[in-house]
Amino acid sequence: MTRLPPTLQFDRVAREFAGGVRAVDGVTLSLAPGSLTAVIGPSGCGKTTLLRLAAGLDVPTAGRVEAEGASGSRSARSVCFQDPRLLPWRRVVDNVALPLELAGVPREQRQASALEVLRAAGLAHASRMLPAQLSGGMRMRVALARALVTQPQVLLLDEPCSAVDEFTRMQLDEEILRTFRACGATTMLVTHSVSEAVWLADRVIVMARGRVHADHAVRVQRDRRDRGDVGFLSEVEHCMRLLAAASGRDAA
Amino acid sequence: MNALARQVRAVVWPLVGVAIVLGAWQVGVLISGVAPYLLPPPTAIARAMWESRDMLASAMGRTALGATIGFACAAAGGILIGSVIALIPILRRSLYPLATVLQMVPVVAVAPLLQLWVDNGLPMAILSAAIVSLFPVLAATIDGQASVDPGLRELFQLSRASLLSRWWKLDLPWSVPATVTGLRIAAGLAVIGAVVGEFVSGYGGVRAPLGIVIQAAMRDARTDLVFAAVALTTVVGFALFGAVSLVGWLLVRRWHASAVNETEDRR
Repeated sequence: MTRLPPTLQFDRVAREFAGGVRAVDGVTLSLAPGSLTAVIGPSGCGKTTLLRLAAGLDVPTAGRVEAEGASGSRSARSVCFQDPRLLPWRRVVDNVALPLELAGVPREQRQASALEVLRAAGLAHASRMLPAQLSGGMRMRVALARALVTQPQVLLLDEPCSAVDEFTRMQLDEEILRTFRACGATTMLVTHSVSEAVWLADRVIVMARGRVHADHAVRVQRDRRDRGDVGFLSEVEHCMRLLAAASGRDAA
Repeated sequence: MNALARQVRAVVWPLVGVAIVLGAWQVGVLISGVAPYLLPPPTAIARAMWESRDMLASAMGRTALGATIGFACAAAGGILIGSVIALIPILRRSLYPLATVLQMVPVVAVAPLLQLWVDNGLPMAILSAAIVSLFPVLAATIDGQASVDPGLRELFQLSRASLLSRWWKLDLPWSVPATVTGLRIAAGLAVIGAVVGEFVSGYGGVRAPLGIVIQAAMRDARTDLVFAAVALTTVVGFALFGAVSLVGWLLVRRWHASAVNETEDRR
């Protein structure tokens, strides 16, 4: 029996930085168990701050972020950052095993788990390599595998495709989808690509000036999404308009 | 083949430079007629080195021992103290400036003081070598560990790693290239420190180190022997430097930018 992942709950969350800058300004959101929510918005809208608050890397100045229904262990949350953040002196398999190692999992067990996620990601051949021997896209895939190795219940993805070319991005999107399906975690994806957001997410949140500007449920079923399809393109266009309105509001 | 030729050239050209300098020195001394006790020609130095080879070899071993033990103490102490200072921000702010100031004190000036605390002879050489080579290791370790990528720190924060675990798995390996640079500087300084310690403690007898040989030869106006002994101190320094460089390269060759460029090219 698989347990239902938690609801990721943001309750009037605010984060004010020194100098009175309100990066996040009263966000209330509820991310449904096992859903994939994309957060888009113009630069500086607070989307990355929101993710860092959810990860526990930052503390809100007001409000609460909670994973309701979670087992309570923080290791059940995984983060994949914009940059792969691999330890350059460690082989791929040991990088992937790092979160388990830090959690005190015995060596043989964590190596087996790491190899398993690498195999699922089609990276088994690279397991003995060092990060310097991999391409940028492959490093990102290793970072995704590392996020998956702890079998997280909450998965936080911070623009994981921002540093790669368009073709690699599409491959990575497939990989993100596979990762999401494999762990079934409640997932939050911060991205600046509207089409990526629509292609991956159940729901697209548009942020502006630290607030939720728009909240849109994607109307095309995930299995039927095709980047060339009219339905898909009209969804992208709709989100583009929301983003443009948010940017206008941002500039105002 | 091309790589081999490049390596041969890298060795040959410096040797040519040495040959030119030595040749000019030899010819200059002969033509000008400078007295050998003021400036002996290279051939005279070589002869002195050969004639006193047993004594010089023993002296070189003695100096190398003092410098190496002193260097090892400084390396271990520098990495350990540097790590503690880097880990604790209050210590970094309070002790690091103090260490910088202490480093300005010339070892020659404090060497007589050291005599109060340790025996003359080898202990003095070791202590003096350790003191001068400590700071570069300390500074490099602190800088190296304080400059860990904040993104990687967050990775450990997310897993709630303990401070000790983060130090062992992140801070320490991250700082290896920086620490090795400090160790290479320290290797050269350790020999200087050892010779200064020998100068001050003035121990002699059959097991005299190079510092004492230099002093004794000066008193006897054996300038050729002085040069021979000085040349051997540089050999000791070069050997220590080379050994440290080799170990450092072996440690980082697989992953650090200073060593993996060839691997990068394969991408």
